Amino acid sequence: MDQKKEEPLWEVFIRSRQGLEHKHAGSLHAADAQMAIENARDVYTRRMEGVSIWVVESKYIHATNPDEAESFFEPANDKIYRHPTFYDLPDELKYM
Amino acid sequence: MDSKPTNIDKSYLADYTLHLADSSLIMGHRLSEWTGHGPMIEQDIAISNIALDLIGQARNFYQYAAEIINLENTEKKITEDDLAYLRDTFEFKNFLITELPNGDWAQTIGKIFFFSTWQFYFYQKLIYSSDKQLSAIADKSLKEVTYHVKWSSDWVMRLGDGTDESRKRLVTAIEYLWPYTGEMFVPAEFESNNEDQVNVDVSSIKKDWHDKVSCVSAEATLALPTNTWMQSGGKKGIHTEHLGYILAEMQYLQRTYPGLEW
Amino acid sequence: MGPQQLLEKFNARIEQDIRIEPKDWMPDDYRKTLIRQISQHAHSEIVGMLPEANWITRAPSLKRKAILLAKVQDEAGHGLYLYCAAETLNISRETMIEQLLSGQAKYSSIFNYPTISWADMGAIGWLVDGAAIMNQVPLCRASYGPYARGMVRICKEESFHQRQGYEILLTLCRGSKEQKAMAQDALNRWWWPSLMMFGPNDDQSPHTAQSMKWKIKRFSNDELRQKFVDICKQQADILGITIPDPDLKWNDERGHYDFGEINWGEFWNVVNGNGPCNKERLAAKIKAHEDGAWVREAALVFAAKQKKKNSDKEVKLETV
Repeated sequence: MDQKKEEPLWEVFIRSRQGLEHKHAGSLHAADAQMAIENARDVYTRRMEGVSIWVVESKYIHATNPDEAESFFEPANDKIYRHPTFYDLPDELKYM
Repeated sequence: MDSKPTNIDKSYLADYTLHLADSSLIMGHRLSEWTGHGPMIEQDIAISNIALDLIGQARNFYQYAAEIINLENTEKKITEDDLAYLRDTFEFKNFLITELPNGDWAQTIGKIFFFSTWQFYFYQKLIYSSDKQLSAIADKSLKEVTYHVKWSSDWVMRLGDGTDESRKRLVTAIEYLWPYTGEMFVPAEFESNNEDQVNVDVSSIKKDWHDKVSCVSAEATLALPTNTWMQSGGKKGIHTEHLGYILAEMQYLQRTYPGLEW
Repeated sequence: MGPQQLLEKFNARIEQDIRIEPKDWMPDDYRKTLIRQISQHAHSEIVGMLPEANWITRAPSLKRKAILLAKVQDEAGHGLYLYCAAETLNISRETMIEQLLSGQAKYSSIFNYPTISWADMGAIGWLVDGAAIMNQVPLCRASYGPYARGMVRICKEESFHQRQGYEILLTLCRGSKEQKAMAQDALNRWWWPSLMMFGPNDDQSPHTAQSMKWKIKRFSNDELRQKFVDICKQQADILGITIPDPDLKWNDERGHYDFGEINWGEFWNVVNGNGPCNKERLAAKIKAHEDGAWVREAALVFAAKQKKKNSDKEVKLETV
């Protein structure tokens, strides 16, 4: 990122209603956390999209490296025995 | 509006409701001038939200005022737009502070901070009005205003305790605005009679308002002006020169093409 | 992985309609094209606020005032979503704004036309937003993830914009003689610039082919323009006003409306800075940016002071 003196970038996570998880909604600029929360309220919940907001300065997010995606995620592919449909059980069996 | 003596309370109620409508409308109108011109996009959006809230409040009050006036008015029913677009400056009852120019960001923040803090304490009392409709509008508006107070307080602190320039600008703004805060606590004729518990005794919220404003200012490392001389006239229809220009702009289409649907 | 392998992997993803995400490897030109297109799009939203904001204080009813204000505010939001999408490509918002204010970056030329009557609010909603939506809906499937996601949000929010514009014109067309004349005048002035919004003809459009190959664009300029004309003709008939094009007529063979030649001389003139309002629009954005400089600085300084106060507090607590 080119370095300019500007309000840092924040990632915004919104819980759309009670019972659901916070989900990434987008980003914005703000000078501090308080301003980031207020900006998130004004930018991302104008249409009743949320009941709770999280913000985190983008630079604090650590991510997997896409170059390592294969070694990270593909080994899960063949563990099909982790999924319930792997098991062949009689149709008469109930409550399982 | 001619009021017959038997109906004096209704006329007071209409004027009272119009006063609340006018203040919200003129404040919202002024803030909407920022749309597209804010210091950063995020703040452009924030201030437009406040403007929208205020215009929404104004509409609720105007619609209710129209209802009250139409009880007496059998010929032609008037609407919210007749009240906003076809009255002249001397009929507008908004606080003077709402019609003052936006000036720079500091002056606008000062305006929102003083006015929304007043609204905050005012609506808290208006909720208990014996008038069900006013009470309902107050209840809805209070939620909006609570946020406006928080948002503007945060900005007062940021500017007061930010750079030398921001502090200087905020001090100048507060000195300019201060004399316009007095009339918010002096009852007008239409709110002097409160036997039926309809209106709020505005003198009773002065202390709360002052405490809150002092507290935020102190956090912003600012001292409030000590002069006590205050401007007045807004509620009586005696305005600054600014209101005429606002109405000329706002009402121009309705005045140029009377009686049409838009 | 070597550069050739990376490129092959990238191309395979595009081929299979797998989205490209910010940290994925991408060809430099793909990145540059996206930055150019997304930032141009963001600038258009931001500059596009001005011709409409112009009428917020003069809107003829409280309802219209609230709608227009909400709509212009939405445009600020859309600009913001797009700037953020572009920032994932390693360019800062500040840099993009500098490019806009210095005149180096372009924005949609339509916003260099003046809004001189209330009917223009109707025409912009109906035609300008209509054309924008036609361009934007396919972008919801653009190959770059953040752009596509931004566009999904924007398209959702825009759905009321066009309708409110059409409703303004409908009210005018059903109103007095003067109101209907106002609507016709607005259509006369906005029709051709709206057609220009789709960009040069396909054979004159330098970026189209590559953008389509990369699945940033899904339809060509001329395809979208034709679709727009076909739809608008019927909508103008419902309003009872006339599209200012004597050559506009149904072509049975093609199954489309034929329409007249666009004045490309005018188009390039406006693109190159000679439109009626180019200077005013930029001047307004420069003024807002310069007037806001001390505000942004104050917020940063305050944030730094608070941070220091908090860390001093922590140090004190530890030493207690």
